[in-house]
Amino acid sequence: MQTKAEQTAAVERPGSDPAPGRAAEGPAIELEGLRRDFGERPGLPELSLRLERGQSLAVLGPNGSGKTTLLRVLAGLLRPSAGKATVLGCSLPRETWRLRGRVGYLGHQPLLYRDLSGRENLRLAAALNGLADASAEDRIGNLLAAMGMDRRADERTAELSAGMRQRLDICRAVLHEPELLLLDEPEAHLDAEARALAERLIGPGEGRTRVLVSHDRERALAGADLVLELR
Amino acid sequence: MSAYRTLLAKDLRIELRTLRSLPAMVLFAVTTFVIFRFGLDRTELEGDLGAGVLVATLLFAAILAINRLFVAERDEGGFELIRLAPVDRNILFASKATALVIYLVALELVAVPIFALFFLDTAEGLPPLAAVLLLADIGLAATGTLISTIATMSSARDLLAPLILLPLLVPLVIATSGAAQHLLDAGGPDFDRFGTWIAVLGLYDSVFVLVGYATFDYLLED
Repeated sequence: MQTKAEQTAAVERPGSDPAPGRAAEGPAIELEGLRRDFGERPGLPELSLRLERGQSLAVLGPNGSGKTTLLRVLAGLLRPSAGKATVLGCSLPRETWRLRGRVGYLGHQPLLYRDLSGRENLRLAAALNGLADASAEDRIGNLLAAMGMDRRADERTAELSAGMRQRLDICRAVLHEPELLLLDEPEAHLDAEARALAERLIGPGEGRTRVLVSHDRERALAGADLVLELR
Repeated sequence: MSAYRTLLAKDLRIELRTLRSLPAMVLFAVTTFVIFRFGLDRTELEGDLGAGVLVATLLFAAILAINRLFVAERDEGGFELIRLAPVDRNILFASKATALVIYLVALELVAVPIFALFFLDTAEGLPPLAAVLLLADIGLAATGTLISTIATMSSARDLLAPLILLPLLVPLVIATSGAAQHLLDAGGPDFDRFGTWIAVLGLYDSVFVLVGYATFDYLLED
């Protein structure tokens, strides 16, 4: 695994071999000279990296360095301005349609309708991701219980605290069992108990492939196989 | 189909829960009729004048809903949900246009009887008028959904929607008024050139449903 970036520094961490059997499927993410501009303003400096399946990438950097932009490009929500990006074998932006439903994206803003309950939001996400009704209900129930939200799941999302909305959004992001998790400050608003619960769903365990953006250096580095420092 | 039904049910559930669009539309239409009836002391609005007042009132009431159509998608991440999901994005266009047709039909179920009560001396023209309004609703919903998407992506969204929408709706308003005017004639409906105007409405609907379906996917792109 090798990374290079003009204005960035990426470091491979010790013991970061890809999960057994995963290397044959090709890398989860491969970037070559990827850049994203917003008009004249650079949004993401040119960067190249390779992340194998089953590995975890921690993205660090100050505000405005392009961390969120990187995640949105990887999710197919933003087009790259230059360079090559291949995510789960899909060349972006040409094959973005093949990537849909395979990525779990957790952004700054929860992707939840405020006038629906948590359970209704998850049912909507399940239907959009093609999950069958019966299996979706089971999975929704299990995820809500796993995040300690089963008792508040039928309240309107607007009436919940930011931390509870974040718990629900974590459920939404992993509901369809994505191959790649793109996590932008996933622990924002979460208390210690919720962080521990979230760890089981979006933590680095069980060979999950993750890109984690965080300002908490210590927590981001825990379990990271590769670190990308944007400046 | 399942995703389409789920999105449509979501919109209707949110509207029933929050009542953000329909009551405003109904209130606007009823207030306009009250102004004509009592403010201007008009006891009869028949023929082309009646059709013009009815169609214009319904059109401006519809704009209230069109302006709000994608607010939740923009503010609460609905666009991103669709863009990340393995579904045809046109289901969002189809579900929003269907929701808008349902709002318009609900509006007309209240507003048209009030209009008839205030200004018409016979209700004979109302059944064929319902068919005309349904055709107009489909065109209005297709065009409104398309323009609302464009406006939502812009910072001048409140200004942009009526600014682009109203010129595009001129043929629809002319055809609807043309079809409705003889249905509202004093002494009962007359079907002079009714078929021609219905054909124009059908053509308008077909064109804008197809244009919306063909372009909506690109409107959601970065």
